[in-house]
Amino acid sequence: MSDLTAEGGHGAVPTGPDVPVTPAAAAVRRDWPLWEVFVRGKRGLNHVHVGSLHAPDPEMAVYAARDLYTRRNEGVSIWVVRSADVTASSPDEKDPLFAPSGDKVYRHPTFYEIPDDVPHI
Amino acid sequence: MHEETVYDALTAAHGDEARWAFGTGFDDPLAGVDTTIPEGVDPADLGGYCLMLGDDALVLSQRLTEWVTRAPELEEEVAMANIALDLLGQARLLLSRAGSAGVLGRSRERAGPGVPDEDALAYFRDAAEFRCSALVTAPDGDFAHALVRLLVASTWRLALAVRLRGSRDPVLAAIAAKAVPELTYHRDHAARWVLRLGDGTALSHRRAQDAADAVWPRTEGLFTATDVERRLAGAGVGVDPAELRDEVRDVLTRVLARAGLLLPPWPADAPPRGRAGEHGPELAPLLDRLQVVARAHPGGTW
Amino acid sequence: MSIDSPPAPAGPAADGLAAQALQRQFEETLAADHRIEPRDWMPDGYRKTLVRQIAQHAHSEIIGMQPEGDWLLSAPSLRRKAILLAKVQDEAGHGLYLYSAAETLGADRADLTDKLIEGRQKYSSIFSYPTRSYADVGVIGWLVDGAAICNQVPLCRSSYGPYARAMIRICKEESFHQRQGYELLLTMMRGTPEQQAMVQDAVDRWWWPSLMMFGPPDADSPNSAQSMAWGIKRHSNDELRQRYVDMTVPQAEFLGVTLPDPELSLDPATGRHRFGAIDWDEFRRVLAGGGPRSAERIARRRAARDDNAWVVEAATAYADKHASEPRS
Ligand SMILES: [Fe+2]
Ligand SMILES: [Fe+2]
Repeated sequence: MSDLTAEGGHGAVPTGPDVPVTPAAAAVRRDWPLWEVFVRGKRGLNHVHVGSLHAPDPEMAVYAARDLYTRRNEGVSIWVVRSADVTASSPDEKDPLFAPSGDKVYRHPTFYEIPDDVPHI
Repeated sequence: MHEETVYDALTAAHGDEARWAFGTGFDDPLAGVDTTIPEGVDPADLGGYCLMLGDDALVLSQRLTEWVTRAPELEEEVAMANIALDLLGQARLLLSRAGSAGVLGRSRERAGPGVPDEDALAYFRDAAEFRCSALVTAPDGDFAHALVRLLVASTWRLALAVRLRGSRDPVLAAIAAKAVPELTYHRDHAARWVLRLGDGTALSHRRAQDAADAVWPRTEGLFTATDVERRLAGAGVGVDPAELRDEVRDVLTRVLARAGLLLPPWPADAPPRGRAGEHGPELAPLLDRLQVVARAHPGGTW
Repeated sequence: MSIDSPPAPAGPAADGLAAQALQRQFEETLAADHRIEPRDWMPDGYRKTLVRQIAQHAHSEIIGMQPEGDWLLSAPSLRRKAILLAKVQDEAGHGLYLYSAAETLGADRADLTDKLIEGRQKYSSIFSYPTRSYADVGVIGWLVDGAAICNQVPLCRSSYGPYARAMIRICKEESFHQRQGYELLLTMMRGTPEQQAMVQDAVDRWWWPSLMMFGPPDADSPNSAQSMAWGIKRHSNDELRQRYVDMTVPQAEFLGVTLPDPELSLDPATGRHRFGAIDWDEFRRVLAGGGPRSAERIARRRAARDDNAWVVEAATAYADKHASEPRS
């Protein structure tokens, strides 16, 4: 009966185990590669990851990013990086990589108690 | 924040506008522009000229819109829609200018009161009253045709818009100034695709070549001035299209060479029949589709 | 495959103790209302359910371009044409953002598209209905995008980070969609009697299908409890539907149209609306591909894929040929 039940999204769709999700093993490679898109919202800000897209090459990726992620004037500069070229920290490394800073609360501005009536801090 | 109303999550807790900001920078291109018609210029000439350029944009926009929901890959779908939107924006400004110059003709009565000039002109003229060129009316067979035609049309239009920025009509000058970066983008987008199709696979090469062979003859009228264009060029308001010939051909020659495509022979200059309302049979069905709802509801408001 | 592909469940994770620790960490993350990110360990069921939901959500956005897209070439004013084109284009973007989110879970967009075309994955039943007049464009914006907003806004708090982030972007755009639809209807209701009749006719045809968008009653949704525990569904189907009805009824009154349900009434005790029984047989038939336009919707996706495959291949071939060139 699970194909008759449905959960949200943009209108109900079945989410039971009868809906296949495993990629077809022998799928013909038709897809363009995936690119990660970073947009600088305005001058003075960092590039921020906004999403990804498919494109055949770097040049097309930049222009597709312009059409897709900045069509409401969201950015002044775009970076694209092939997803496959990004090296990420693995969750297993989480503790040694990120734990040391966990106890260094003095790096955070809220560590310092300053009376409310001191201006401009 | 668990009891959400519909818009709560849109406004609250996502103040990170640097990442998500949108909606800024939409300036009215005609804000503060003097709309009086320059001295010594016949309003009928100015209006007729705006019709030519506005109809080109409207019809090409309609052809590109035919690709929406049918394009190769979603990224290209979005790109083609962007280009169609830019051209639609140009068409609206130009048709409005034509209206303010008083060339509405019978479209005004047919449209009835309350219909803006741009819509009276777009929806209530028949094919013979349209002034678009044969280049933009041609239907697209395949993606190669769509992109080769876009390359030719945007190269021509960009060369024109660059010059029109200096028009003595401040409205035309402002419209052209807005259009130049748009058209630069359209031309580059088309050129990138023509390179990839010409220098892609054997099949794409053949299709790109077929497209070029089909599109080239339709440039025959692009470089011949009508009387209106000649008079307006003389008055510093318009551009004589003959002036664009070398630049346009040079750009197209270089793109085709880099794409590894054979340059089809340039057609001999011919009278611009489309500017006189003489069109191939393909325009009427395009206009039927464009106009069907507006005409079915006289006095309707949208 | 995305940078955010899940790590292979190998090494110490296979070990029983470590697996328990991972499971505990996952549950603690959910309990703290923190987000799960792509490279975190997650239960297989969580990942698969998410792929199902996100992929088919994406399919719904893409197929959803067609009912309104059919009026793009005939929009009755140039202003309306620009609005509709921008809206339909947004939906392409929505589908794209969502496919990207699914790809962070190891899915592949081309493969998902194939599954849609083969009918093995579904899309929202609402988009299998025909659009019969331009009023349908307004009613889709008002009711269908309105219902989508009710469904989607809670998903901005989905436990899965990439999905939640995609939804924030999408929801911002959806609010323009609903407003443009409602504005079109308000304008048409001030127009000719014929236009007013078009609006009422469109409301009559879309009201019930829009209620079906929220899915079957809670009692018939065995997946709901698990999805809610996982934080990938935030409210029950019935709760969202009720919220939608309560929100929409006053909008219908303001517009001057009648919602086609004689049983629709305000319960003064609760302040909420009672409404009639939904035809769930119709919903199931349409969802399974038996809707009035189901075949046509899929056929167009198939044609877009197959007729343009040569374009995709050409760009790939070009990229391969020029890969070693220095970039300018
Ligand atoms: Fe959407
Ligand atoms: Fe929408």
